[in-house]
Amino acid sequence: MSKLIFEKSHPGANGFALSPMREDMRIPDAFLRAERANLPEVSEVEFTRHFMELSKRAFGVDDGMYPLGSCTMKYNPKVNEWAARQFTALHPLLPEKYAQGVLSLLYDAGEMLKEILGMDAFTLQPAAGAQGEMTGVAMIRAYHEHRGDHKRTKMLVPDSAHGTNPATAHVVGYDVVEVTSNENGLVDLDDLRAKMNGEVAGLMLTNPNTLGLFEKDILAMAEIVHGAGGLLYYDGANLNAIMGMARPGDMGFDVVHVNLHKTFATPHGGGGPGSGPVGAKAHLAPFLPVPVLQKDGGAYRWDFDRPLSIGQMHAFYGNVGVVVKAYAYMLALGAEGIRDACRLAVLAANYLRVRLGEDYDIAYDALCKHEFVLSAARQMHENHVGATDICKRLIDMGYHPPTVHFPLIVKEALMIEPNETESLERLDGFVDAMRAIARECRQHPEIVRTAPHTCPITRVDEVKAARNPVVKYEET
Amino acid sequence: MVQAGLFYSKDHEWVRIEEGRAFVGISDYAQNALGDVVYVELPEVGAHLEPGAQAGVLESVKAVSEVYSPVGGEVCEVNGALEDAPELVNEAPYENYIFVLEAASFDTAHLMDAAAYEAYLGTLEE
Amino acid sequence: MRYTPHTRQDIGKMLDAIGASRLDDLFCDIPEEVRLQRPLSIGEGMGEIELRREIACRAKANLSADDAPCFLGAGCYDHFVPAAVSELLARGEFVTAYTPYQPEMSQGILQSIFEYQTQICRLTGMDASNASLYDAGSALGEALRIAWEQTRRHGVYLHGEIHPGYCNVAKAYRKPGTHLDEREIGPDTAAVVIQQPDYLGRIVDARPIIEQAHAAGALAIMIVNPIAQALLKTPAELGADYVVGDGQPLGCGMNYGGPALGFIATGKKNLRRLPGRIVGLSEDTEGRRAFVLTLQAREQHIRRDKASSNICSNQALNALAVNMYLSYVGGEGLVKIARRCHALACFAEDELVRRGICRLHSAPYFNEFAIALNHPQEVSDALFANGVIGGLCIPGGMLLAFTEKRTEAEIERLARLIQEADR
Repeated sequence: MSKLIFEKSHPGANGFALSPMREDMRIPDAFLRAERANLPEVSEVEFTRHFMELSKRAFGVDDGMYPLGSCTMKYNPKVNEWAARQFTALHPLLPEKYAQGVLSLLYDAGEMLKEILGMDAFTLQPAAGAQGEMTGVAMIRAYHEHRGDHKRTKMLVPDSAHGTNPATAHVVGYDVVEVTSNENGLVDLDDLRAKMNGEVAGLMLTNPNTLGLFEKDILAMAEIVHGAGGLLYYDGANLNAIMGMARPGDMGFDVVHVNLHKTFATPHGGGGPGSGPVGAKAHLAPFLPVPVLQKDGGAYRWDFDRPLSIGQMHAFYGNVGVVVKAYAYMLALGAEGIRDACRLAVLAANYLRVRLGEDYDIAYDALCKHEFVLSAARQMHENHVGATDICKRLIDMGYHPPTVHFPLIVKEALMIEPNETESLERLDGFVDAMRAIARECRQHPEIVRTAPHTCPITRVDEVKAARNPVVKYEET
Repeated sequence: MVQAGLFYSKDHEWVRIEEGRAFVGISDYAQNALGDVVYVELPEVGAHLEPGAQAGVLESVKAVSEVYSPVGGEVCEVNGALEDAPELVNEAPYENYIFVLEAASFDTAHLMDAAAYEAYLGTLEE
Repeated sequence: MRYTPHTRQDIGKMLDAIGASRLDDLFCDIPEEVRLQRPLSIGEGMGEIELRREIACRAKANLSADDAPCFLGAGCYDHFVPAAVSELLARGEFVTAYTPYQPEMSQGILQSIFEYQTQICRLTGMDASNASLYDAGSALGEALRIAWEQTRRHGVYLHGEIHPGYCNVAKAYRKPGTHLDEREIGPDTAAVVIQQPDYLGRIVDARPIIEQAHAAGALAIMIVNPIAQALLKTPAELGADYVVGDGQPLGCGMNYGGPALGFIATGKKNLRRLPGRIVGLSEDTEGRRAFVLTLQAREQHIRRDKASSNICSNQALNALAVNMYLSYVGGEGLVKIARRCHALACFAEDELVRRGICRLHSAPYFNEFAIALNHPQEVSDALFANGVIGGLCIPGGMLLAFTEKRTEAEIERLARLIQEADR
């Protein structure tokens, strides 16, 4: 068991030092805290060993295959980390004259995203996909309100959508109306037609959807939504499936967000930082957050004078360090590389879909894009082994498990997204592991049900954690 | 398990009417479907609830479920024990009411008796 | 450059298994009308040498705090980042991991977040912190959303000078029907916001304002500078209900404004109101201590359109940096750093006063204060022209910040340049 850094504290051991200087204290006593903050006191060597130990209890793409559906856990190139480090010492309030290099980079990154997505303008400010969604949906609201159209109180979201879509619509102030999926796993056009009216602000859509299926009727959907005065929001979670092959801007989407930490290979960092730039068609561009980066002749500047803007989403300009990594990625790949990454991601997903079809049920078994959804309903029915159990057993075999129990419309769902950066050998290894688990489900289900067996801990009591939450360390 | 002598709603709440007060809880079927309850959000005492209004929320580790008031009235009491011991809803769903309503009268015409509820549960089986 | 490992033979084998003859066949479900019929116009790919040349060229065309002494603050500070922190932070297991949804293989990340939560609690004196938010602006926005919901009131009273960026973000996070424009604390005031030290560096006597807020049934939200917290009374001592702030000074670097993180902390009774991820303590089936994401039923992936926040991620790697930073310098070290920042600011005040430059305000300060100038813009231009990153120009003067990285010699030069330029 790994001790907490607080349990390793040994007052007096810390060797941190500053060169001597005259001390001066002019803050009146009344403002000073009663006791020093009880932070850990450890030596540098113990500090280093502690965090080395924690790193060994984590698992990244650098450690192995990570087929987490909808998360696009592709390889994160090392040179991008180098690139971001070149900008760490830049203060965000530098006069623009002294920040032309970073501004030109941000401008060019925005230009590339415009071309890849087929949009007219971009902001790089949102700090993550969810904040990008919030930005985009707020822009939709501002657009309708600016036109004096105040009746639109609803937002349409497919039943297969990520939870963030309805949560975002709610947070921005819309009532959410679910659109059902048809028997092919696609948006039911009749249901969309029935629910689209003058009270609906728009439709939030992921394309391909969370089942990995391309919404073929996208142009008809756009016509239905636009025809009734609504706008189309593109959730870029699954952009890796189409980049270089098709563009949301050409499908009728009015506003999009992209997840740089998915499609553009910036690392997830154990849960962040991400970056969720938002692109808009010209009619929505006036509503973008301030400031907007402008290029006047050869000089770049921040434009705060945007009277229709929804305001500011970040105290400065967003997660610039993440944008730098994505820019380096786009530069490295270029047009052909971007398209090939997409094509090979789709190839890998279809290869796994076909190869896993013998042992598992495939939900909506058809040509998929970058991901597909398996169902362990068969294993559950025959052997009382569920999707979670299969995930835990995959850990024993050296894989990060797929996304589990999502989308909600598939029972015992396992959502698999292999990405373009896994080799055929790796993919075959994953197939072998999944087939071995399917065999175990039939012959030794107990092994699967009690997995994992190779981790520092076994399954965690989540009920205990939630019933009596302990969220900080207390000395006993 | 369905307990006799109670009224049931289609949302799986039960109601017991006693001396002008309505005790409301969730059925054994509901607690079973939800799994281990980890948190109970109770209504505020004094709040007036229309029939069918949301009265509270039950959380399990991976799900949330709203509790609707099957009848109308004013919340006169809540079961504070559930704040510290939400597991009581799992352990004895019929003994642990969630809240109590007061009203001049309660309309139970739209609710099911135990036999009807049992039959209703039968229709939910796959 | 490419990061795809497939040979032509591999691709052929995979296509055969699928029963497709060409890669393009895999896109036949995308209607022709929306297929891109041309290559993207983003240029050709680059090799690493070319790529690094290109990035280095952009990096050079800025004035970096590595090359010039930085006296610019206003919410982002040029604090020192120990090498031990940046070296360990770069480990691939941390950098390339996803959210710790699988606790068995993610105890390292989960433990580090649990430690981060503990560090934030100990720094602020509060009982509960979440796993972090995007930045101080969104942390304030989320705190206000909680306050509007918790009190069912609509207004917010901003006390004194609050960082304009934070206010702007909080405005964009508004629920319909709410506002930040209360002129005084009143019956519809959901929360009172106090920044400590305030935007202009002044230490605020927060207690009476917090007492006034509570007397009016409003919540008190403090925005704090985490390094100043080493010295200043904690929000818990002052009775604040929620604390937010930016973790940027704690080992995150400046990064032209991001990424760093926003922290949020509160008292025990409000734990469940916190947005975003929270790591909790539990045990495994063998009774061993284990950490896990907890209270998830509050979050968007379960509550969907009933969730009170849409946040999915945290700034996990920055939370790790903050945890590392505070572990590395320790409680004593943080006090040393805070005292050094303050001592250098005091030295600067003396140097400036000696040259006839006065502070704009008389309130006590931590490491940042405003000076009165006749010609702020001219002074700023002169400082930059002399290779000094000057403070932020404000009406009637300049806001100057001092971190432990500055030296007396740099400050003497700053004072001299200011004096010369402000004639």
